[in-house]
Amino acid sequence: MTVHIPDGFMDGPTSAGAAVVAAGGVGVSLRRAAEVLDDRRVPLAGLVAAFVFAVQMLNFPVAVGTSGHLLGGALAAVLVGPAAGAASVAVVLAVQALLFADGGLSALGLNVVNIALVTAVAGYAAFIVLRRVLPRRQSSIVAAAGVAAALSVVASALAFVGEYALGGTGTASVGTVAGAMVGVHALIAIGEGLITALVVSAVLATRPDLVWGARGLELERPSGAAAHEGVVP
Amino acid sequence: MRRRRAGLTAFVVGGVALAVALAFLVSPWASDEPDGLEKVAAEEGFADTETGHALDDTPTADYEVRGVDDDRLSTGLAGVIGVAVTFVLGGGLFLAVRRLSRRRATSSGPAS
Repeated sequence: MTVHIPDGFMDGPTSAGAAVVAAGGVGVSLRRAAEVLDDRRVPLAGLVAAFVFAVQMLNFPVAVGTSGHLLGGALAAVLVGPAAGAASVAVVLAVQALLFADGGLSALGLNVVNIALVTAVAGYAAFIVLRRVLPRRQSSIVAAAGVAAALSVVASALAFVGEYALGGTGTASVGTVAGAMVGVHALIAIGEGLITALVVSAVLATRPDLVWGARGLELERPSGAAAHEGVVP
Repeated sequence: MRRRRAGLTAFVVGGVALAVALAFLVSPWASDEPDGLEKVAAEEGFADTETGHALDDTPTADYEVRGVDDDRLSTGLAGVIGVAVTFVLGGGLFLAVRRLSRRRATSSGPAS
């Protein structure tokens, strides 16, 4: 089971460039996360990383002879914010590459860019736009998260195509690789959207106050969950 | 309609337990088919540009635990190890940056 870019797909300069971008992106994410995470969201960010790790192992069939798995950046961004979300998935990718030999060591930067940074940033941006146009309800948060997660997979596939165009070692043309990547990942995107919607709706049902992307929504709930915030351990 | 909310500790413990259960019980049954990227790499003829992973010979490479012969048990155990390591590493990292940033804020902020 190898699910990420292995060593050798991209040339040295492209891999090294991606590593620099990844290091910078994760650094900025961690700094930002440290500023905005309150104490109760710290263990939550660890939980999100552990959960994304588990669900990334669950390859689901998408077509004959092809599977897909959750990327999780959009899900993580909706749950703990884009900064902590991106950093969480970067931790997952590091564990996979170092402990399970999944995802090349030289390709770690590429994988962090595509699977942690692009999905968290593109996914959260799409989520914000969708949340703004949809009615202010919990069900809108779920729908926005699902659709945004699906879009984030396509964005991630396009990021791969960009890297392939810059430094892919294969001989296939960029156009055919682009078509194939977007085609198969459009199917995987459906699974990503469904899993993301399911998880977000489960967390909203249990602890809506912990969903980063639903902040501000609670204030409008008549039961006033925020009112007894103080008595919740 | 007020519902009693789960405590934060209970929520995190429950979440980690769910992740462990998924990794141990479900991941051994996940699809073995090549994933989207592998499939495209095979079809577009660049799968063979892959070079070996430097850590291919480590005890938990490829989501198998060396010495455990049963494939599904081996994958399940690797999953549990991964969930535990990711939780500790992720939680620890966020705790560390949080502490670091707070210390910086108190040392540079106005005395109160």
